[in-house]
Order: sequence, then C-alpha cells, then structure tokens
Amino acid sequence: MANKSAATEHGGFPWKHLIGFVLSIVLTLFALWIALGTDLSVTWILIIIFGFAFLQAALQLLMFMHVTENSRKGGFSGRIQIGNVLFGAFVAIVIVIGSVWVMSAGHAKHDKHDAPKTENQDGSHESEEHGSH
Amino acid sequence: MKWDEFFVTGDPLIYGADVSIALTTAGILFYLTYFKKWKWLWTEWLTTVDHKKLGIMYIVSAVLMLFRGGVDALLMRTQLAVPEAKFLDSQHYNEIFTTHGTIMIIFMAMPFLIGLINVVVPLQIGARDVAYPYLNAVSFWTFFIGAMLFNISFIIGGSPSAGWTSYMPLASNEMSPGPGQNYYLLGLQIAGIGTLLTGINFLVTILKMRAPGMTLFRMPMFTWSSLVTMVIIIFAFPILTVALALMTFDRLFGSHFFTLQGEGMDMLWANLFWLWGHPEVYIVILPAFGMFSEIISTFSRKTLFGYKAMIWSMLLIAGYSFLVWVHHFFTMGSGAVVNSVFSITTMAIGIPTGVKIFNWLFTMYRGKIEFATPMLWSLGFIVNFVIGGVTGVMLAMAAADYQYHNTYFLVSHFHYVLIAGTVFACFAGLVYWYPKMFGYKLNERIGKWVFWLFTIGFNICFFPQYFLGLDGMPRRVYTYSEESGWGPLNMVSTIGGFMMGVAFLILVYNMYYSFRYAKRETHGDAWNGRTLEWSTPSAMPPFYNFAKIPVVKSLDHFWRQKQEGKVEKLTIKDIKPIHMPSNSGVPFIMASFFFIAGFGMVFEWMWMGALGLIGVFGTLIYRSFEYDDGYYVSEEEIIKTEKISN
Amino acid sequence: MAHAETHDPNTPLEYRSETGRLNILGFWIFLGAEIALFATLFATYMVLTHRIADGPALGALFEVKSLLIQTFLLLTSSFTCGLAIHEMRRHNVKGLMTWMIVTLGLGLGFLYFEIQEFLHFIHEGANIGTSAAWSGFFVLVGTHGAHVTFGIFWVIMILIQVARRGLTPATSAKVFISSLYWHFLDVVWIFIFTAVYLMGMVMQHG
Repeated sequence: MANKSAATEHGGFPWKHLIGFVLSIVLTLFALWIALGTDLSVTWILIIIFGFAFLQAALQLLMFMHVTENSRKGGFSGRIQIGNVLFGAFVAIVIVIGSVWVMSAGHAKHDKHDAPKTENQDGSHESEEHGSH
Repeated sequence: MKWDEFFVTGDPLIYGADVSIALTTAGILFYLTYFKKWKWLWTEWLTTVDHKKLGIMYIVSAVLMLFRGGVDALLMRTQLAVPEAKFLDSQHYNEIFTTHGTIMIIFMAMPFLIGLINVVVPLQIGARDVAYPYLNAVSFWTFFIGAMLFNISFIIGGSPSAGWTSYMPLASNEMSPGPGQNYYLLGLQIAGIGTLLTGINFLVTILKMRAPGMTLFRMPMFTWSSLVTMVIIIFAFPILTVALALMTFDRLFGSHFFTLQGEGMDMLWANLFWLWGHPEVYIVILPAFGMFSEIISTFSRKTLFGYKAMIWSMLLIAGYSFLVWVHHFFTMGSGAVVNSVFSITTMAIGIPTGVKIFNWLFTMYRGKIEFATPMLWSLGFIVNFVIGGVTGVMLAMAAADYQYHNTYFLVSHFHYVLIAGTVFACFAGLVYWYPKMFGYKLNERIGKWVFWLFTIGFNICFFPQYFLGLDGMPRRVYTYSEESGWGPLNMVSTIGGFMMGVAFLILVYNMYYSFRYAKRETHGDAWNGRTLEWSTPSAMPPFYNFAKIPVVKSLDHFWRQKQEGKVEKLTIKDIKPIHMPSNSGVPFIMASFFFIAGFGMVFEWMWMGALGLIGVFGTLIYRSFEYDDGYYVSEEEIIKTEKISN
Repeated sequence: MAHAETHDPNTPLEYRSETGRLNILGFWIFLGAEIALFATLFATYMVLTHRIADGPALGALFEVKSLLIQTFLLLTSSFTCGLAIHEMRRHNVKGLMTWMIVTLGLGLGFLYFEIQEFLHFIHEGANIGTSAAWSGFFVLVGTHGAHVTFGIFWVIMILIQVARRGLTPATSAKVFISSLYWHFLDVVWIFIFTAVYLMGMVMQHG
C-alpha cells in the first residue's frame, strides 16, 4: 500500500502535501493560542502543546517524508524506518524526561541559590532547603 | 606559546618515550623507502575500502593501543606496589589513569571489536562487502586520527588528567588549564564520528546485504549481537557528541553548561556522560557475547542452545541499556525515589545477561568439547565474568553503593566485566578468526600459555582489589600510607598486573612465531566451523569474498551441508562478473583535515581549526561530485583466483 | 554493491538503483541518530532553563512576531520541498528546480530572521556566556540553525548535479535524501517552537 501511494503520486494535484501544510499551520496557530490566549493551567498547556508537537511531527513524517514507503515490493524498509523513528522517540523521551527528572530530584533540587522559583506553585515548599521528596 | 610549553619536558619517562617514538618513526620511514613500499602502502592499505583490510587495520591499531594502555596500567601498578612510592608524582599519575581508561575503552576495546565485526560479519552473512564501503573507510580513518590526536597529547602539550569520565568542575578551565583536556574532547569527538558511521553502515549491511535465504532468525549469533550493538551505537553516540561539544563550548567559548559560574550544573555532565556511558558498556560487551556464542557452539559441535532466547534477551538489553545510567552516580543524591528506580532497573538488566550464561552452559552440555585456545578463553570468560556480574549486582543496590562508591571494589568490578568479558573476547576472536585474516593459525601451544598466564595474572591482579576496596582504599589515589595496611595486597595486585603484561608480550611473540613457522591453511574451514565465513574455498577469502553468493537454507547452513555431505563445489558455470567498489584516497585525506582541525582547536588556534574544517567540507563536496560506480571483476580473473579447472 | 536494477515503471526513480535504496535507508537511520542528538540538546536546555544567574529570563525576551515569521517560513519551506519531490516523481526537472529554489529562499529568510533575533537578544544582554539557561538556548537553537545553513549549501550542490546530469537514479536519490533532511529540520523546529519559545513564554506569564 505504501508502494501504491508512491506510484499514484506521479501525476495529479499534490493534495496530500497541501493538507499536510494546512494542518501544520493550523496546529501551530492553535498551539500558540492555547499557550498565550487561554487561562488553562500550566500543566494542561504543556500537555496540549506537546501533544500538538508530536502530532505535527507525525504529520511531517507521513505526509511529506513518506516514512512508510517501501523501497521495493515486499521489502521491509518501511518497517525499519518506522521502527527506527519509534526507537528514536523512545530514546529521546528517556533522555529528556529522564534528565529533567534526575537533575531536579532530591539533592539537585536544592542546588539552586538565587534563581526565581517558577515551578511548584502549590505553596507546600516554602523552604528550598527542606523538600520532602 | 613557547616551544618548551609546546613539547612536554622535564620527565625522564617522557624523554624515553620521545626517543622511542622518534626511532620507531624513523625505522618505519626507512623500511618504506628502502624497500620501495610507499606505493604498496597507499594502494593496498591507505585507500582500501575492503572490509577485511579495514578490519585488520582496526585490529592492529587496537593492539597498539592495548600496548599503550597496558604500559599506563603497569606504570600505575608500579607506583602503587608499595606505600608512599615516589615513582610517579600525583599529576603524572592522574594523567596516566586518565589516558589508561580513555584509551582502553574508546581506542582499544571498541576498535578491536569493530575490527572483528568488519572482518567477520560481511562474510557471515554471505555479502561481498558492506553497504557503504567508502563510508567504512571514513569510519576507520576518523577513528584512527582521533586516536592519534589523543595519543600525541603526552609529548605535545600535556595529557588530560581529569579521569576518563572527565567530571566537571575538575575538567574545567580553572582546574585543568592547558590543552590536555581539549585533547580528550577533540580526540573523542573525531573518533566518535567514525563510530556513528560504523553503526549506520553495519546496521544497513546486516539488514539489507544478507545472502538469499538468510532470514533474520538464521543469522549467526555474532551477526545478531553486532546488529543490536549497532542500534545502541546509533542512539547512544550522539549523546556523547553533544556532551563533548558542550564541554568544548564551556572551555573554548565561555558558555556555562557545566561550570560553577553562571549557574551551570556540573553534575549535568555526569548525567549526559553516563546516558551515553551505560549503553557504551553494552556496546563493548554484546559483540563479546556474540563471539563466545560462536566459539562455544563451534568447539562443542552443537547448535547454540536457546538461540531465540538469546536474541530476545539482547533486544531487550538494547532498550534497557538506556534506562540504568543513574547507577553510576547514586551518590549524587537524587533522592530515594530516583535511586530506587534505577536500582531496580539495574538489577533487572542482569536477568537477560544471566540467561545467556545458561545458554552457553547448556550448549556445552553433552557436547564433544574441544579445548582449543578460543574455547579456553570462552570458558575463562564464563567463570570470571560471573564474578564481575555478581559484584555488579552488589553495586546495583543504591544503599550499599554508598559504601562501594569510588573504591577499589568498583575498580575491580568493572575490570572483571571488561577484561573477562571484552578483552577475553578480543583474544578469543583474534585467535579464532586469525586464519581467516592471515591464512594460518596462531600457535596453539604458545596460545595456551598466554591464556593461562593472562587469566591467572588477571585474577592475582584484580581479586585482591575487591578486598582493598572493602577495606576503604579509594580509586584514583596516587599513593597511600604505610598505616593503611594496604601495602601487601597492592604488591600482590602489581605482580598479577605484570603477569598480564608478560602474557601480552608472549601473544605478540606468537604472532611473529606463527608468521614464521605456522602451517599454512589449505582450505577455508580452519576450525570445522558452522557459519558462512568458513565456507570459502581458500583460507583467506579473495577481495570479493564469494565467487558465488551462497543460498542459505537454515541456521548453521554450512555445518548442515557438511553433515549431509552436500558442500557445493564451484563450477565454471557459476562464475559471473562481480561488481566491486573502487578504492579511494578521499577518506584518508578527509581524516587528515580532521586532524588539522582537531589539533588547531586543542591549542585554541581558531584559524587552524577553521582551515581544517574547510578542508573537511572540501572533501565532502569533492566526494559528492564524484560519480564512481565501481568496477567489474572479469570472469577470467575470478576463475584464476578460484583456481577452477572446469 | 550489487547492481540489481528494478525497472517497474511505477517505482520512483530514486528507488531504482540498489545504491539509491541503500542510501535512503541509511539516511533514515542517520536521522534516528539526529533524534538522539537533538534530544540531548533539548534535555540540556530543559534542565538549565531556569538557571538564569544575573541575566534576563528567557521568556522575557521572546517575541511572538519574530517567532511566527520564522515558523511560517520554515513550515512553508517544508511544504515547497515536498512539492519539489512531487514534481521530481513526475519527472519534471524544471518543477523540481523551481520548488527547490523557493525552498532555499525560504530557508535563507528563516536564517535571516533567526540571526536578527539572536542579535536582538545579544543587544538585550543575553549571549552564550550570560547564564546556563542562555547557553542552552543558543546552542540548541544555534545547532538547528547550523543544520539549516548546512542544508542550504548541500541542496545547492545537489541542484548543480541535477542541472548537469539531469534526473538519474543517482541524482534523484540525492535529492530525495536532502528533502528528508529538510523535513526533519522542520520537525526539530516544531519542538523548538514548543519546548523553547511557547514554554518559555508560558512560564514567564504563568
């Protein structure tokens, strides 16, 4: 089926690209509006805008980069490519979330001296010295 | 900068090294000129894209680096043999443990394994070369140049001295001024490019270049372990690339990633380093597991027990290896939750490794075991590696780790896994595939002496260190007091270290002895092997490997053919022209530009760094405009090479 | 290595040679490595983002207008790059060239506004040495910008080859690979847009 899409694309109007482009613009503007134009809590904003980012990445991969495309009939390059991207995403998430978690937990948390406090607005951590976790 | 700052001066040991380097270089230049070998060197080696030759060059470089790293180790052991020794001062000692660790991991273990992978894997999958032969040469030369750049530090500019882990702020400009630490950053950076390219190259090779009929689950175990290793390389090495680049920015361009000023985080370096560093551990151990699997299966004359279980456990490790890195710095104090999580993942990753030990034991069970040298190394591995593994599980417990951390207990643990795992595998693989590379075996009798001397020396050297560690001796100290009571065990350890050194010399002598006296192999199947690399008619495969690409019908296809008496003979009808890639001098030239760029940046001569980088881009552009589709080997040449007489 | 050519007329040109197929797959794998590379830069940035020392806060200097201009330039260039490949698959060299040149123009525009923005930040007292947070910002966003710069030169080199040799299995594979690279940079930008700019501004206002 991936082969077919590569083949049928030879002629005609590039609808797939146009749809991808319009969607990417819409998602971008929507993310901007969620971030700056709404009163949602920071957590929700982050969840939504990162959700959009991953959605848009998937859009690029599928609509523009033909990630599922097989180089030849019956080949499994498409599956290798998808597996590769998915494992990349796994490693990326481990690196980013893992680093942020490890470097902000426990002792490291109290390592900052004069930076303004921006996260943890719940008030239970009045003292930077005695975090309970 | 003055010349007396440029060259390292004042230490008789280093003057000695200067003299021996000058003499060796002069000797090589004389040999090449006198015997008119320059052209041979250029056409046969410097421009080659043949995976077998590149593999041999990797291995030769690795053996040289093993010598360098080994000398470092013996200097350290000499200094530590007795309390309050004056053999090395503290700075010199720091430099030596830094270069020892860096060289052994990056410039010895990895190229040794990658060299064997280069030689063996294309043959094992029935391919004529790798997917990107040109890129393979780029990989080798960038590795080689990176290694050379790192190695000249001890005579030009001074060695790094912040440990192979280069923790900040010790590695910062304030604590480690001068070019030493820059050598570490640039040498590893350049070599890392080569490693990443190798990862991509061999992943695609294994996935796409297999002989017809060789499905994924018919691949030899060494090929499987290489495949998984390449996946880990591809996703782990970019982390090191970034970490090194960030530290380079800190040192050269005044950024504040890991500095104490500007609210940088020194421990973020440790975090990034080990995000790469733990996967790196599996990069150097998985190919070793693969080799032992091949060797144990061959010399037990049995199919590997639990073939699929082994594959799944390795695939599991590929993912898991990215989830345990914090156990290298439990003592940073990330709190109970973080430490508990990583404690658990660390113990869990021991399970798929433990599974493999049983695979090997059950492969031998009821087998007709032949105690050839490679098999001895494999047996030695099982016993000693288990000691390293068990102490690793002890270290995995975060609470207990606070006791072991930074002691000789840890030093002993990782030498038990890296030497008994990786180094034993390198020796085993070298002996096992030596006839494939050179057409004759290493002498078995001398080889067994090497094995026993090295293994016994290894245990004498490192077993006492567990007790020194439990007794509180910290790692990386250049001396200790008489009252500490650590003297006797350290002396024992030093004796063991020198036994390993002697064993290495005998191994090198064996190469010479076998070159002179060993019986030349008359066919390709030196050990009664099971996999395709043994199926070539001649002992050393021709440059195109297979005149006719084999068609594979099962796991251990060649073995099965032999059992059924159906080994195919090549006939004149099978011969068709073979397409091969052309040699190219560009990779060597590109790597030379990398050397110029790296050297310039080490001394912070930015004009030189820029010049080198322009050269690198120039070679990239040149290559992009070059349309070389390779050439065809004619039927007559193949018939002549294969000695077919109808 | 092996030179098996497939001649199914429906197979796009770039997949017709063994070398082309291998190179495209290999480049996908390389993009996997690039994911890990950028993830490490993102991780560094996110860990350090509040560590501003005596310098300005990140979100305080970000401007929506400049951000949107850069984002739309890059998103559009990804679209036109896709159109170029579409034309290539119709064997329309002129279409391919035109859309690729448009892509490069948009890429240059992106770089122009990015450099303007960097200069503005430096003017406001935020450079690579101001604080850990700004180090993280400049190196993450700068690495992306360096990739775009490299990409522009690379695509020019390939277009010269297409102009000289026309569309062959070899040149079309090169064009296709460079398009993968270009789209990938757009993906990275989407995450920079989200994790650096939007998050920075949300943290500033929230």
